[in-house]
Amino acid sequence: MALGLEAGLGESVLTTRLDEIINWGRQYSLWPMVFGTACCAIEFMSAAASQHDISRFGAEVVRFSPRQADLMLVCGTISYKQAPILKRIYDQMPDPRWVVSMGACASSGGIYDNYCTVQGIHTVIPVDVYISGCPPRPEAVLDALMKIQEKIQTESVLVDRHKDFKGILD
Amino acid sequence: MTDSLTDKLKVLFPDIEPRTVLDCTVIDVDPGSVPQVMEQLKTYPDLGFSMLLDITAVDYLTYPQRPAARFCVVYTLRNWERNWLLQVRTPIPDPEWGVESVAHLWGAADWAEREVYDQYGINFRNHPDLRRILNHWQFEGHPLRKDYDIFKGQICYEADRLEDEIRARLASKGIDESTMQDINTEMMFLNLGPSHPATHGAIRIFTALDGETIMANVNEIGYLHRGFEKTAENRTYNQIIPLTDRLNYCSALMNNIGYVKAVESWLGLEITERAMFMRVILSEFFRVQDHLVCLAANLVDMGGLTNYWYLYNEKEASYDLIARLTGARLTSSFTRIGGMYRDFYEGWQEDMEQQLKAIEKGVNDSLKLVLQNRIVHDRTQGTCVLTPETALSYGYTGPNLRSTGVSFDLRKDSPYYNYEAFDFYVPVGSQGDIYDRMMVRFEEIFESIKIVRQAMKMIPEGPVFVDDHRVALPPKDQVYNKIEGLANHFKLIFEGVKTPAGEWYNSYEAANGELGFHFVSDGSGTPYKLKVRPPCFYAMGGFHEMIEGEMIADAVINLGSINIIGGELDR
Repeated sequence: MALGLEAGLGESVLTTRLDEIINWGRQYSLWPMVFGTACCAIEFMSAAASQHDISRFGAEVVRFSPRQADLMLVCGTISYKQAPILKRIYDQMPDPRWVVSMGACASSGGIYDNYCTVQGIHTVIPVDVYISGCPPRPEAVLDALMKIQEKIQTESVLVDRHKDFKGILD
Repeated sequence: MTDSLTDKLKVLFPDIEPRTVLDCTVIDVDPGSVPQVMEQLKTYPDLGFSMLLDITAVDYLTYPQRPAARFCVVYTLRNWERNWLLQVRTPIPDPEWGVESVAHLWGAADWAEREVYDQYGINFRNHPDLRRILNHWQFEGHPLRKDYDIFKGQICYEADRLEDEIRARLASKGIDESTMQDINTEMMFLNLGPSHPATHGAIRIFTALDGETIMANVNEIGYLHRGFEKTAENRTYNQIIPLTDRLNYCSALMNNIGYVKAVESWLGLEITERAMFMRVILSEFFRVQDHLVCLAANLVDMGGLTNYWYLYNEKEASYDLIARLTGARLTSSFTRIGGMYRDFYEGWQEDMEQQLKAIEKGVNDSLKLVLQNRIVHDRTQGTCVLTPETALSYGYTGPNLRSTGVSFDLRKDSPYYNYEAFDFYVPVGSQGDIYDRMMVRFEEIFESIKIVRQAMKMIPEGPVFVDDHRVALPPKDQVYNKIEGLANHFKLIFEGVKTPAGEWYNSYEAANGELGFHFVSDGSGTPYKLKVRPPCFYAMGGFHEMIEGEMIADAVINLGSINIIGGELDR
């Protein structure tokens, strides 16, 4: 039973808040950009293949151009040599953009605590969701995707995300 | 076989005394005579070492029995026809002066010497392009030197330009500004990677294009350099097994087996019959997995997405079996020095047989789409041809080498784990083009399945671990109730499996080719040095020879066809 203005307009119009309608659209049409470097990328392949089928969550349109994507999945170890490339790809993604750090290496350097491995990509770009595991199972990728969807729901389209982030390459 | 090599070497080099370490002959040469000795080793028909497998160096700074020279460079050579393996060692008193380059003799030396320069700071005189390869260009110091701190990371602020390198490559092919003015066109430079779907990881393929034709190509690797070798120097032998999982992560268990086989060979450990059969079954099962991923990805690059589902779904289903057996899907860590982590589970034969049938069906379905397909034939036949000479010179091994017609396979030529008892053949190609590389892999899937089935019939009952207190953990009741058991357990965990001091090389036929390990042990439970000879590294080193003169789209499917795995390439 609609009230006020809506009651007068009948069933032809739906009123909602701007944040809600835009976030609803964004949640279920995330286009991932897979920044796959190592073993975790193979597990992402499994998440995309028939058995786990990431398209059930509206995120099957894998874009390899960052300009067409809004969800970055960092799957694998990031070395110091790779870090400037990661940053450049991230910078090329239009706002709003979300970042998932998949696996132990991307999240913390993992077992590679040494001279060539970045000890967590949060030192280079802002991260929204971390997945544990070496490598994580495909279900964990889907879980991270759902966490991103929940996060989107609570955000406002008017607020810039991670405006004052400063990493080692900034 | 090795005796005749020793005799030949004694005749040719009277003042050099050859030694034999495991199945490898070792000679010591002073740095001044390296160019001459290496040339003779390659060109004398009696010797004919057509393959340079690997070059590495050792830093003896903290070694207990330190020789006079701090550094030593080790070349590993192979004569595949006569099954000779030779290591040439030369002391390097002064790394700045270094040693003469052998890049004019073997193509493989180009990248191998760059790696030694990068990691150890040893100069190779007259090398065509001596610069860093694994570490970034802003890196200072040489990480594998013993006085470099493992935790000392160095930030890289921007990627290398590579412009000078590609211009030099163009010039070496006789193309410069004036040629382009003559034909009234401009050269276009195009980057494929480091972040590009076609690179299947992180590799940078930098090309100079005339239209869509590749005129020159240089490649940059090292984006996934994770410091395997430095990390291994700080782990006990058994702790390194999880690191080997992540070399070629498409066939993790094969790396586990290759690694423990190399350690066991030095310890002189005879593993149990059942463990040996388990290793054969799992090796071949993982060879199938590796080829499935390679072919699935390669066919996607060609636009055949349906093949991806046919092939990859079987790989996905195999993970269920693998997870049931090892507890993990991808990174199994299933071997231990002296045996296997545990035995097969109850009822594995049925699961395995069912899985093999499913794989056969998937592969046959895919072959129905590919084998008689005119588009696939036009796309792959006669493109990116690799000649046997180029393949050997660049150190190609495995399916890539066999696709050129060279029937070299360690399982046949230097059998281990009773491979001589199995009935299988080694598929070889005739043209060395992309089609052959794909078809060799398709055929190898069927051959590997054959081996698995035979081994499943023959596998004996019994323990999967040797009964040797030097490597095997004591049973739990002894650990908790007896001081000897407790001490034994404690020492094996904290100090690791002790290996006698010395240096050795041992190799194994992995899915991509010869996977070798060069160890230096100081007698402790931690390797003093561990160098991996990765098959991918050398396949990528010859990549430009395959794609120059071809179209840019062919470079993409060619990369898929040689199956580059980043973890193994950059370590």
